[in-house]
Amino acid sequence: MKTLATHRRHPAAVLVVIMLGLVLTGGMYAIANSATQARSVQADSLQIEEGKRLFLEGCSSCHGMDGQGADTGPSLIGVGAASVDFQVTTGRMPLAKPGPQAAAKPPEYTEEQIAALAAYVASLAPGPAIPTEEDLDTSAADIGEGGELFRANCSQCHQAAGRGGALSDGQYAPNLMGATAREIYEAMLTGPQQMPVFADSTLPVEEKQAIIAYIDALRTSEDPGGWSLGRFGPVTEGLFIWIGGMLLAVALAIWIGAKVR
Amino acid sequence: MSEDGMDNTTGQEIATSGGTTTELQPGQHPPADVAHHLRRTDSDPRAQARAVRQVAAMFMLSAVMVVLFIVAFVAIPRDAVVSLPYIGPIGALNAAMGITFGLAIFLIGAGAVHWAKKLMTDVEVVEERHPMKSPAEDTALVADIYEVGKEESAFAKYPIIRRTLIGAMALVPIPFVVSLRDLWLQPADVTTPSAELKTTLWRPGTRLVTDITYQPIKAEEVPVGGLVNAVPADLVEVEEEEGNLNARAKAAVIVVRMTPEEIQSQQAPDGENWDYEGLLCFSKICTHVGCPISLYQQRTHLLLCPCHQSMFDLADSANVVFGPAYRRMPQLPITVDDEGYLVAVSDFAEPVGPSFWEVNKS
Repeated sequence: MKTLATHRRHPAAVLVVIMLGLVLTGGMYAIANSATQARSVQADSLQIEEGKRLFLEGCSSCHGMDGQGADTGPSLIGVGAASVDFQVTTGRMPLAKPGPQAAAKPPEYTEEQIAALAAYVASLAPGPAIPTEEDLDTSAADIGEGGELFRANCSQCHQAAGRGGALSDGQYAPNLMGATAREIYEAMLTGPQQMPVFADSTLPVEEKQAIIAYIDALRTSEDPGGWSLGRFGPVTEGLFIWIGGMLLAVALAIWIGAKVR
Repeated sequence: MSEDGMDNTTGQEIATSGGTTTELQPGQHPPADVAHHLRRTDSDPRAQARAVRQVAAMFMLSAVMVVLFIVAFVAIPRDAVVSLPYIGPIGALNAAMGITFGLAIFLIGAGAVHWAKKLMTDVEVVEERHPMKSPAEDTALVADIYEVGKEESAFAKYPIIRRTLIGAMALVPIPFVVSLRDLWLQPADVTTPSAELKTTLWRPGTRLVTDITYQPIKAEEVPVGGLVNAVPADLVEVEEEEGNLNARAKAAVIVVRMTPEEIQSQQAPDGENWDYEGLLCFSKICTHVGCPISLYQQRTHLLLCPCHQSMFDLADSANVVFGPAYRRMPQLPITVDDEGYLVAVSDFAEPVGPSFWEVNKS
């Protein structure tokens, strides 16, 4: 005890105490964590089995028996649970018919079935996971920053007010006003179809939250001055009024000049 | 002879619908040689009376609208809101004032048009334009004034004054021509607009940072199919110093990643690669008219410009595959530094942005 007492004012003592504390809490957490993991492994394997059954039934004809992909559909190895959740929840998959782009429609599967499918595809290879409640919590998000990030990264395709826009060959960036926070998050994370991936490394979680909060603000904000015209901006509104006004002026001129019987 | 018996009277007579000719009153024009059909209001007194009533009703309604305008202005509170179909909620006072006053003016105009169409005479007439040439006495007068001026100013009397004036006037445009000298003579120490357009902020070793947030980009953290909007690390300082967006307008880039097998060609000279493990960096400024573009379709590797639909294949040296752009999007050679962050190898090899006259001159 005497040695401890003599060394407790040593400059390194604080460091030693902190290290001890860290190692202790870390070790305890690891033990507790592995216990929960062990409990959930069994449930997971059942879910994966169910997901595999659903996959063979509904997806394998295009994506291959093991999700390895074919001429008819891309490989699903490593796309992760987030990608499956996005594609199936928004009804984009299963595809109704071949075309330039898979369109959103009411989902074909229930929530549990989607979770099972996601678990199965995630078990094929590691990939982006479904965002947690915490990931989607936008209560602390900075809407102003979200707006800047949206204009730099999203607006080129989805239009400055998130109303969507045209791409090449009949493809399009969809309107974001009907998308949930989870769908937006998953889309950024996985890059569905022609959309590029905005990984957490270059667009961290807080920035994704800010973007989601901004889209939400766009959705809920009112349109002062009446008809919004998809918020295409004053150029389009002016053009609309210009063309409408010209047509009206032409109609009036025809009426004034017309011969009376 | 027209069908209803009117004479084409080019002289001083006018034909009435009855076929008799009368003297033209002062200010009246002779009728034109076109068929004249009688309107209903010309032949039917009841239709005529109805048209008169309609015109008078429109003028009266206009007066009512003015009264309503005053009533609305006094009666409607400023903050009252009314919801109109298609337009949605709108200030009630503004709407009422606009509608009543607009109708008041419109009804006067509509009444006038209706009056002209139904009741005023609709016989087409010939209104002859006076000759364009000035009368002889006017031209003679001008010639006289000129002669008097020439005499009184003594312009013809002193040839020295006349010649020096003409010489001085001939030299006046020369300063304008001389000031265009910079178009072809350039001092060595002055940066030409062409040189400024050909260089950007990118230097060997300049780090790429994300736009807006200015974070360095770890190469391995950009996934295949990923897109990063990036700028040079020193952009913020330069922007503050210059006080404008010119540096950003030239240096903005996009970084995309594809698998190295997907890359068909790059802009690097033979035997070199300007990518880093499938990470490719291109200018973000369209070579057509300079729109910033990052509509990157990751499956087809096409970059689409929303302004005029130019398309560039980023997997194939960013060559133009569609649209009005003439040049490919310049590629920025990139690699990583010791810490694994993306850096530029050099500046762009080709000028970024829209083409200009000297774009191909070194």
